[in-house]
Order: sequence, then structure tokens, then C-alpha cells
Amino acid sequence: MTRPPVALRTAALEQLLTERGLVDPAVMDRFIATYETAVGPLNGAKVVARAWTDPAYRERLLADGTAAIAELGFSGPQGEHIVVVENTPTRHNVVVCTLCSCYPWPVLGLPPSWYKDPAYRARVVREPRKVLREMGLDLPADVQITVRDSSAEVRWLVLPERPAGTESLSEEDLVGLVTRDAMVGVAKVAP
Amino acid sequence: MPAIADLGGTDGWGPVHPPAPDEPVFPETWEGRAFALAVLGMGRISGRNLDAFRYALDRLDHHAYFEEGYFGRWLNAVELMLVESGIIAADAVDARAHTLEGTQVEEPPAPEPTKPDYAPTGPGSLREVDTPPRFGVGDRVRVGEVPPAPTKLPRYVSGRVGVVEVVQPGHLLPDTHALFQGENPQHVYTVRFDSRELYGADAEPFAVTVDLFDRYVEKA
Repeated sequence: MTRPPVALRTAALEQLLTERGLVDPAVMDRFIATYETAVGPLNGAKVVARAWTDPAYRERLLADGTAAIAELGFSGPQGEHIVVVENTPTRHNVVVCTLCSCYPWPVLGLPPSWYKDPAYRARVVREPRKVLREMGLDLPADVQITVRDSSAEVRWLVLPERPAGTESLSEEDLVGLVTRDAMVGVAKVAP
Repeated sequence: MPAIADLGGTDGWGPVHPPAPDEPVFPETWEGRAFALAVLGMGRISGRNLDAFRYALDRLDHHAYFEEGYFGRWLNAVELMLVESGIIAADAVDARAHTLEGTQVEEPPAPEPTKPDYAPTGPGSLREVDTPPRFGVGDRVRVGEVPPAPTKLPRYVSGRVGVVEVVQPGHLLPDTHALFQGENPQHVYTVRFDSRELYGADAEPFAVTVDLFDRYVEKA
């Protein structure tokens, strides 16, 4: 039997739980706004730009991602234990969650649609080079790829390569270059 | 019967969808509402049990999991959890949706809650483990058979041999936690697998790391 449309069922559940005092629509509003505005990939971009400009911070970030990220004020749900891995000209990390869509919310926000897509979840652990090419990233044959499947509560963040020719840019300018896709490992940062 | 959510290495999905610039976090308004209802609603059962939520996702039918999108799947999973713990009646959501559409239907009365008698021993999923880890960096381990659901052992590494790359902090065990049956803290290992070990000699060369709970692996 066909159920009523999902948007209507969402409204129905919200009403039912509100009537029972189990959720508060105003709290829901604030929660939604937080993930629409405050918690997103700009947080991760600040972490990356700091690591590119401050070698001691980079070292701390790679040794204990959670603590180094908290130094910049970012923590919260889905960020209990964040491990940062570095991409280099010869080693490339790319992140997936094959079992669900686990993702480091405090630094990247909620996952984009392609990350939640069954095709990405199924295929990137089987044929990553081809998947990355379909995503727009063509890696040279000699680059070693490591796919990070987030199958427990470890959340993986990629520290992308700093692009050549950006030596004169300030930390603030660099923040603007860093993309979400580079921090998941399906893109490089363009200068 | 494979669990619906265990997609790693499976075939038949077609091309991936390249990133769209400036994709909104919630393309439709209801998706944000469903997200908030799922996160806040699951917190009304017994702790905010993410493993129980994932197990609810894993028990959805094909339509409820795949055809209503990511946040549709979240809505359906939290509804299942709320029904199973007696917080709402099985038909309550559909009946109210019909009422909202202007169709007069009788709504079922609220049931007696049967929430699991369970409280987490701490926030989040990380826990201290009393015993030292059985394996260290560089040890070779073989992954066991996929246990009965719920579990977070992905099928595509079952029976395969990999090398421990990192010993991660201890976690509560999803297999029992998802059922509100105890935390059973475990060591978790990031295990590196060669693609040829997973898919045969003809596989393109790469590595996959999978974060595996202590009870999923044995010495290889």
C-alpha cells in the first residue's frame, strides 16, 4: 500500500511529537539553522589553511585531529574522534562510509548528496580511480590511493595539498580556496 | 539476505553523481524537519542511540531506504524506533498525514511506552577498555564472518586479511548497543587491505582501510 507523501508524513510526525511535548518546533528551527549556516565546510577550510601556514599546528593536527580541531573551536556531534590524513603528490586518501553516510559534521557540515549516493558508497571501495575520474579527478597512475571506509566512529578528514603558486597568500585568503570536496578527497585544491 | 545498508563493493549502481556547486544543505524544507525530528526524536527513547538508529535504517524496505532519499530514510527509521518503543502507534503517522490532507480518518490512540530499560554509561561512543588491545600496528588480522544483524562488519572485507594501521580509541560495540543490550567496549583497529586481497589479482592497485571492532578480527 502506498503511504502518504514523505513531506506530509514529516509534518505528521512533527505534529504528533509536538502535541506530546517530545519535540519543540522552535528547538527544531534552531537545530536546522545551525546546520544550514554555522556548521559547514568553512570550518574545515579554516583548519586546513591553518595547517598550511603553521607547521607546528599541522604536526598537532596529524597527531591528534580532534584536539587540534578543537583548538579552533570546532567540536560536536559526529566529531568525537577525527583523524586527519594528508594527501601528497604521491599518496591520495579518499573518504567514504559504505554502511551509512558517516561524515565529520563539525568540520564539514552534513554530507553532500553525492557522498550519500549508493553508487559512491558501493563503488569507491571497488574501483576508486574510475570513480574519482567520474567525479572530475584524474590521478596519475603512480599515485597510491587509500580509501578510508568510516565503518566505526572514527571520522576521517583529508588535509589536501597546498597548491603551488599560493606562497604569497595569507591564511585568510587560503581559507577561500579550500573546498569540501578536497577535504573528502574527491578533488584537489585549485590555486 | 544481505543487510540493505551494506553497500561496499556491490554492483549495479551506475555512475556516481559529480558534486554540484552550492547544493543547499536541505534542498526541500521537509528534509530539514525530518533531519531534526530524527536526531531529536531518537533522543526520546533511551539515550541517543545512533547504533539503534542505524539498525532501524538497515531494517527498512527497499522503498523506504532508497526511494525517499536520505532524509526520507531518516524519517522512516526514527518512525520505526518510535513505534517499537511504544511512543507512537504503528499507523499514527499515516493517519495524521491523511488528516492533514483533509481526509477524515480515525487516529489510533497513543500506546503504552515500552522503552528499552537502558541508559548509556557516558556520552558519545568512545569508551575506555579494561584490557590491552590484542593487536598492534603492523599485525596481520583476518576478518571473521559477518555476524547476524545488527553489526558493522562490512561484507566486502569478511574473510580477508589486512594489516593493522592504527589502534583507535575504544568504542562501544554496535552489535549489542543497537539492541540496547549493553555497551561491551571494544578496541577498534584501522585495518589496511590491499585491493588484490579483496577483489583478486586483476584488481586495480589501491588500498582500503576499514575500522573494525576487536571481536570482528582474529590473528592471521
